Amino acid sequence: MDRSPVSDADVCVVGAGPAGGIVAHRLAESGASVVVLEAGPRFDGDRREQLEQHIRPGLGGPWEMGGPRDAFSSSGDSFYPLNAARVKGVGGSTLHWQGMVMRLHERDFELDSRHGVGADWPIGYDDLRPYYAAAERELGVAGAADNPYAPPREEPHPLPAFRPSHSDSIFAAACERLGIDMHSVGNARNSEPYDGRSSCVGYGTCKPVCPSGAKYTAESHVEKAEAAGARVIDRARVRRLDHDETGERVVAAAYTTPDGETHRQEATQFVLACGGVENVRLLLLSDSDRYPDGLANSSGAVGRYFMDHLFAGAGGRLDRPTRQNHVGFNTSECHQFYDDAEPVNGLKLEFLNYAGPSPVIDALHADTWGDDLRDQLDESYGTHISMGALVEQLPREDNYVGLDRATTDDLGDPVPEIHWSVDEQTEAALSRANGIQTRVLDELGIEDRWTVGPDETGPAYHHMGTTRMGDDPDESVVDAECRAHDLDNLWISGSSVFPTGGAMNPTLTIAALSVRLAESLRAALG
Amino acid sequence: MRLTRRDALAVLAGLGVTGGAVSLTRFDPPTAESTDERGDSSGEDGADGDDAPPTAVRETMVAAGEVVFPSAAEGVSEFVETYVVGRARDDARRDAMVDAATELDDVARDWEGAAFADLPAGDRDRLLRELGVDTADPVQDGTLSERLRFHVVNELLYAFYASPTGGRLVGIENPIGHPGGTESYRRATMDAPGELPDSGGEHDG
Repeated sequence: MDRSPVSDADVCVVGAGPAGGIVAHRLAESGASVVVLEAGPRFDGDRREQLEQHIRPGLGGPWEMGGPRDAFSSSGDSFYPLNAARVKGVGGSTLHWQGMVMRLHERDFELDSRHGVGADWPIGYDDLRPYYAAAERELGVAGAADNPYAPPREEPHPLPAFRPSHSDSIFAAACERLGIDMHSVGNARNSEPYDGRSSCVGYGTCKPVCPSGAKYTAESHVEKAEAAGARVIDRARVRRLDHDETGERVVAAAYTTPDGETHRQEATQFVLACGGVENVRLLLLSDSDRYPDGLANSSGAVGRYFMDHLFAGAGGRLDRPTRQNHVGFNTSECHQFYDDAEPVNGLKLEFLNYAGPSPVIDALHADTWGDDLRDQLDESYGTHISMGALVEQLPREDNYVGLDRATTDDLGDPVPEIHWSVDEQTEAALSRANGIQTRVLDELGIEDRWTVGPDETGPAYHHMGTTRMGDDPDESVVDAECRAHDLDNLWISGSSVFPTGGAMNPTLTIAALSVRLAESLRAALG
Repeated sequence: MRLTRRDALAVLAGLGVTGGAVSLTRFDPPTAESTDERGDSSGEDGADGDDAPPTAVRETMVAAGEVVFPSAAEGVSEFVETYVVGRARDDARRDAMVDAATELDDVARDWEGAAFADLPAGDRDRLLRELGVDTADPVQDGTLSERLRFHVVNELLYAFYASPTGGRLVGIENPIGHPGGTESYRRATMDAPGELPDSGGEHDG
């Protein structure tokens, strides 16, 4: 494949996930000359092979993450399993995401003003509201207007919501008695054929792979961008952005291809869209006399305020079938406690449709077979039930993404260092989520149960906050349009610009900001 | 609980072994007459021609299936033959499966003085366990026990428990990997396909 640079490019987008794919598509469609540089490969071919890779031990993961290319360091109190948290390739982490999409609430944009914590966004919900609607159309969101706690919306979801599962009905009776409201989940998977993709047939392996194509991945926007004239170069690892003599404009992205050749892609505008970790790494690797602490980092905020969502969970076993693992996505949630202020961290509750083990996966890991194995599977499958929750982590300067200069990848570049800890306030919110979950499980009569709380929690793999958006160039990296304060033609797309992360899965907001960024960038191109 | 060729085809379809040519007759297993003693297929038997694994290999796989499947399973021979023939459309998998099954058979002949398929079921089970296959990690190109775990035991367990009938035996008629979950996830039981939970009017899409 020819991986040489494109001449006379208007826009160079780094990263082919949703943040880059949507921007590339919108701009190419408007007539701009667009080139997309993606570090990972295209995953062409039949996704059912990757389904087997997921289910069967011994075949490796479906998305080729790990190894010297993807080396990283984890510091801080909590280990951060970065290579489980992302995918490098055309489609980005939407290749392995679960596909839950919901809008942030109004409070997420004004947390400092309302509660004196975190930060305010330079834009409010109303500014993003029309872009949320556009994003829902872009991704093809299946949803319903049954959530009394959702922010206002003026139009229905593009697709009807998936109907509740059997296990939702088990929870529903208990929640009704407790005054806990259940409602549908926004899902970026087709409940009906949409946008050239089929409806969901229920392989049950949404995360990490959807063989049917019903789940949205950013591959669709990359393909649309190409159809509109964009050029996508895969396996092009951008290692540095160079600026001009004034330090006010980026002039080229230097990238290395699999044959070891290094090229320079010049363009009029540059969009950084390679996730909350690699965005930072690239900026820090692009230091210069003008920017000794990293490109676009006169504020010192690049890499700071790293946030993720924390998981809280509880579950147990019932004395009747719970019908788990038929589908790999959830159909009911509860946002009732999201806006509460004690503690202030947002939280949302999930009712899982994939609690407990799957017989086929258990069988393939078992140390026996025949009737012994059948007895084991009879015992292990069928009656599990559980709830999950996402809990907000507020931005803290001492949670950061940096460079570990003592450790290099296979190209000799310093690897990213994730320095991440969970503070006491977040732990209190996790305990609160566990408390609500425990009430529900008590109501169901589950005595023998497990919980995942402050001591066992882990990240939800949503990288946010490391190139935060703000009006003050001394405090933030990009402005309200997602353009770097320091450079006229450098834009950042994705959740790294979130000043706060809320407790909602971030991709719908990523998509909405990307649509908005594309509009601003189109205007900048003139 | 009877396994059928249709079960095997369902699992193969989930693995992408389909295409326009797939049909029940497409996977008619080779007959003894169409192959030589150690199994080279003549390619004229209505199966998959030269892709079909040798008869001895198919017999070894069936014999292993009779051990690793639960005793309640019936129709093992037809199910395994269909699955193995379909799986052999992937050249790399075919060769590795043939090699592993042949090695297993060779060990049986060396240790037990008989073909693996000719051993009583209890001896087959014991032999596999003595080889450490039960506790081995599945590794495609690993040690003998690791390869047997991957290419024989796990291949068969995958075929069985990812099939609707095999899944049903342990409580789930649409195990993951089988495209049918959206038809079943709302049912209260396997035996009541029409029984759906009350949406309460709150979940309507």
